[in-house]
Amino acid sequence: MADMTANAGIEPRGPKPKKTFSRGNIFLYGTLIMVSMYYLLPLYVMLVTSVKGMPEIRLGNVFSPPLEVTFEPWVKAWSEACTGINCDGLSRGFWNSVQILIPSCVLSIAIASVNGYALSNWKFKGSEVFFTILILGAFIPYQTMLYPIVILLRELGLMGSISGLVLVHTIFGMPILTLLFRNYFASIPEELFKAARVDGAGFWRIYFQIMLPMALPIFVVAVILQVTGIWNDFLFGVIYTKPATYPMTVQLNNIVNSVQGIKEYNVNMAATMLTGLVPLVIYFLSGKLFVRGIAAGAVKG
Amino acid sequence: MTVASDPPARTAVKRPSRLFKNMMAKIASIPMILTALVVFVGGTAWTVVHSFTGSRLLPKLNWVGLDQYERLWDTDRWIISITNLGIYGICSMIFTLVIGFTLAALLDRKIRFESAFRTIFLYPFALSFVVTGLAWQWILNPEFGIQSVVRDWGWTTFTFNPLNDPDTVMFGLLIAGLWQGTGLIMCIMLAGLRGIDEDIWKACRVDGIGTVKTYIQVIIPMMRPVFITSLVLIASGIIKLYDLVVAQTNGGPGISSEVPAKYVINYMFQAQNLGQGFAASTMMLCSVIIILIPWAYLEFGGKKNG
Repeated sequence: MADMTANAGIEPRGPKPKKTFSRGNIFLYGTLIMVSMYYLLPLYVMLVTSVKGMPEIRLGNVFSPPLEVTFEPWVKAWSEACTGINCDGLSRGFWNSVQILIPSCVLSIAIASVNGYALSNWKFKGSEVFFTILILGAFIPYQTMLYPIVILLRELGLMGSISGLVLVHTIFGMPILTLLFRNYFASIPEELFKAARVDGAGFWRIYFQIMLPMALPIFVVAVILQVTGIWNDFLFGVIYTKPATYPMTVQLNNIVNSVQGIKEYNVNMAATMLTGLVPLVIYFLSGKLFVRGIAAGAVKG
Repeated sequence: MTVASDPPARTAVKRPSRLFKNMMAKIASIPMILTALVVFVGGTAWTVVHSFTGSRLLPKLNWVGLDQYERLWDTDRWIISITNLGIYGICSMIFTLVIGFTLAALLDRKIRFESAFRTIFLYPFALSFVVTGLAWQWILNPEFGIQSVVRDWGWTTFTFNPLNDPDTVMFGLLIAGLWQGTGLIMCIMLAGLRGIDEDIWKACRVDGIGTVKTYIQVIIPMMRPVFITSLVLIASGIIKLYDLVVAQTNGGPGISSEVPAKYVINYMFQAQNLGQGFAASTMMLCSVIIILIPWAYLEFGGKKNG
């Protein structure tokens, strides 16, 4: 991970190409712009559709810009859209997701950072074995572990509750986060740790007073990774919660793909946009750190 | 957790027990140890064991041998799921690698606005599969989407309705999947390209090798580890394919876009046929292992030899 991110920061060297409008350059930028349009298309379509009225949608096509901008679909998606008999909109899912997100994020990062710290500075017999199992576990299809976790949660009395889902997110976030922190703490000079040991600091004191303040950038990366990951989760949400505690993605799917009633495409698209908004904001705000997070996620093992 | 206390007791006599050495680190690692042993190892083993039972509504230990597997491979829906995953997987791997590499190569040509382009190519990756699926479901909508636009241009017999056509539905999913996932591979490839020494380029230029040829004959072979990482990443994503299908087609039309992950979940949580679900998920596990072993061999076995 370390060399990947280091290289990402290096700008291309050498002199700039001389001719700006050579044939090659036109081809290059032309291709890039065409591809960009393909990538931006769904966002554009969602946005345009969500601010049109239903009559306008029926007359036109998905790409036509809105003649009359209305924010009614957004309001409706937020507070009135129906899932089954409940008609309180996506807001319920949003708040559920927030309630799931915050504790899972805090808990998983707290546990994983201590794990990573223990694994890089306080190795004990068997620690590498557990770590290897943990990393291999990240490759096991979730389907293989779904039912045992149902039993586990039922035994703990957490099935269907938000705390249950928090626990699941903590478990499945652990491999990648532990790896992230372990690699980071391993890159901190060992002399620092040894000096603290000589001065008589213990496990927690070194963690809180030396490691934690130095690891702030990696904490930000971990937060980005977890916020987008947990917010976008669908599988665990649909299995380990009940309709009252459904996270936003599950509720969104239920709203849009419900069979009864007339399809209100504008409300559906507004709801889709609303669900995508949180990770998008994180993405655009975090910039390079997001890339760093996924680069870390990419190089498992 | 018995493993944590395995140092022999006789060392305890001589000096402070090794069990208590690093005590805090061991206590702090308990969550990790529990996750690794109970959930990952225990859970997987539990599922594999129960795949040989006739569990239906509740897990039971009535052995039926390989019955569940025989039934699984006799079920049309499973065969369709596997075929779909195969089609989607192979196309997805090829297209993701080709598009990801091409985009990375284009971005690496010392262009302006590089970060703007990169931001655009990567943003879909921040979105969930549910959002991706729903957005593409709407764009591919036959009444209002691409098909209707082209028909409005005067080409009235134009048909592009992948989501309602059993033969092409997987390609409808593929379009959405590629849109979501190529940005990540592009980023990894770009990092790989930036890691290649500028001198290689100079040497190729001196030898008069063209840009495209340099990429194909020099750069790509050099980037083998990056390609392997990308492939493993794509492959592990493909096997998990579930949310996208649920959101975009929900397995339809009919059962023509079913995938194994969806099969497992339907049998476990809706059809109340746990044994089938366990057998199917064990098959998924096997396929992951088949992918992982050559990778681990290449990645770790290769290093020792070289």
